[in-house]
Amino acid sequence: MRFADVLDFAWRVVRGYRSRTLLILLAMGIGVAAVVAVSSLGEGARLYVVNQFGSLGTHLVIVLPGRSETAGAMPGVLIGRTPRDLSIDDALALKRSAAVRRLAPLIVGAGDVRAGSRSRETPVLGSTHELMDIRSMEMAQGQFLPVMDPRDSLPVCVIGTKLAVELFPGRSPLGQWLRVGDRRFRVVGVLASQGESLGFNTDEIVIVPVAAAQALFNTEALFRILVEAKSRESIGPAKADIEEILRLRHEGKRDVTVITQDAVLATFDRILKALTLAVGGLAAISLAVAGILIMNVMLISVTQRRGEIGLLKALGATAAQIRLTFVTEAVLLALGGAAVGLAAGKLGQLLLGQIYPNIPFTSPWWAVIAAPLTAIVTSILFSVAPARRAAKLDAVQALSKR
Amino acid sequence: MIRLRGIERIFRVGEEEVHALRSVDLDITAGEYLSIMGPSGSGKSTLLNLIGLLDRPNAGRYELDERDVTGLTDDEQARVRREKIGFVFQFFHLVPRLTAAQNIELPMVLAGVDPAERRERLRKLLAEYALEARARHRPDQLSGGQCQRVAIARAMSMRPAVILADEPTGNLDRHTGQEVMAVLERVHHDGGTVLLVTHDPEIGGRAQRTLRMIDGAIVSDQKADAGGNGGT
Ligand SMILES: Nc1ncnc2c1ncn2[C@@H]1O[C@H](COP(=O)(O)OP(=O)(O)OP(=O)(O)O)[C@@H](O)[C@H]1O
Ligand SMILES: [Mg+2]
Repeated sequence: MRFADVLDFAWRVVRGYRSRTLLILLAMGIGVAAVVAVSSLGEGARLYVVNQFGSLGTHLVIVLPGRSETAGAMPGVLIGRTPRDLSIDDALALKRSAAVRRLAPLIVGAGDVRAGSRSRETPVLGSTHELMDIRSMEMAQGQFLPVMDPRDSLPVCVIGTKLAVELFPGRSPLGQWLRVGDRRFRVVGVLASQGESLGFNTDEIVIVPVAAAQALFNTEALFRILVEAKSRESIGPAKADIEEILRLRHEGKRDVTVITQDAVLATFDRILKALTLAVGGLAAISLAVAGILIMNVMLISVTQRRGEIGLLKALGATAAQIRLTFVTEAVLLALGGAAVGLAAGKLGQLLLGQIYPNIPFTSPWWAVIAAPLTAIVTSILFSVAPARRAAKLDAVQALSKR
Repeated sequence: MIRLRGIERIFRVGEEEVHALRSVDLDITAGEYLSIMGPSGSGKSTLLNLIGLLDRPNAGRYELDERDVTGLTDDEQARVRREKIGFVFQFFHLVPRLTAAQNIELPMVLAGVDPAERRERLRKLLAEYALEARARHRPDQLSGGQCQRVAIARAMSMRPAVILADEPTGNLDRHTGQEVMAVLERVHHDGGTVLLVTHDPEIGGRAQRTLRMIDGAIVSDQKADAGGNGGT
């Protein structure tokens, strides 16, 4: 039997039993689509996080108060005793390190921001001029915070675009005064729209000088010190210098955590990759279910087509030929299911992309290859039993029943 | 061409043994037209299936074209079946999703005959069995007589040494049955060997030679007068 004829024969079976074919295509398609869509969800989340950290700026080293127990774990897992706060002087002391290019102390809080009769609750950041370069921010109008001694509290602020529109509709916010809590600030600049960055929507924030934020939130303690190393290679030395300088300043106690962007990224990357694989694997179970469905449907089909199988034997078909036609039929169904599934998965991915435009949904290459491959392999595996049963049928008995 | 010696076929149904064929000896020469008659359960179909290599005897020897085929493997038997034997069944056994032409082509497809050669043979067969107008019809769009003509064309497509027809008219009305018999007799006239199982004495009597079976044994083997097609 020529291969083209085997294909043709199987194709006619697939076309001949429409509802059965549709059922299997549906089951296979759902399985493949689930793997593609779910893994693209995971991969999208991973890329999103990677991009978010990427937009933090290059060669970033983050200093936070408190010591995390194990290197690489997320900050916040702290040893019992309360750590000493980070101060502005701590931050300035870090400039002694040759590996450090610039740094920006950071205070974060929420404040009631009002201009005239309009008011909004927004995140308020206290920092210095250098934050702009470290986080690669751009201005839509005006200037960022001026270069000055971080211990001085100048009543100026920079606001996000969305906030600017909301507080000062129809007029330029530059030079206008606004209130944060009980303090007044003059708007000197409006940030260019940047979207999300490390949990803040920069379109909605207010940035004030760090000393002003200290007064505003009535605290000396810094939330973070963002440090930019001179180069990629100096990230390590910078980290070491920072730990040493702060240890000396804190009476020999190692009570800060210094994390590098790479470490954070690597951790997130690992977690999300594992997550993607896991959910992808879970979705793949539906493919196995589809395989079992194929097996059952094919077994029924063998029973229904007893007469035909007996006939094929009477016409001189060998057992191998009969097995081959059944397995080919299953492979055709799997290919169809995989195609349907890939298309549906891509569609789902596009749809997700419409709903969450910020997250770059892309199916990882392994999912796009593995899902159809699993579909085909399972259907071959699960069609072997029905195919063997067909080949073993007794021709005389198969022909005797109508 | 066909030589059976001491063929026994015993079916075991639970404790019971059914002796479907008892020491059957039979010689058939090429070009013979032979009918097998006998009461229901006398072993006619069993004999035909054995000759068609769909079944194996419990004892005895079967030679086809001077070759012992009793001990062949399943695959070897399939090859012999494909090349030398054509089946015609009471219930036609056409594949419902295939057209008449595709059904006729099926043995050639299984044998891996070259597509160009296939088309040529198919064209001739359709013409020979007056099926050209029905070539693209599916079995459910054909009458019983047409179905059986398709089945005979299919059986002939590999130019087999012998046609085995088990009650080919059993599912047809009298008139259509006559038509189908005419087709089978033409196969015989063109030099084919035809073995026909039938319950109808009139149809059976038309053959050159008639076997009568009772209880698995051949009880009579009559040759009609040479040249005569009419029976008793
Ligand atoms: N697979 C089987 N298992 C058990 N017994 C069988 C089997 N096939 C046939 N037989 C028995 O063998 C005997 C001969 O059967 P066979 O089908 O050859 O009869 P037949 O002459 O063709 O009858 P009919 O005219 O009804 O078709 C019967 O008694 C039947 O019951
Ligand atoms: Mg019978």
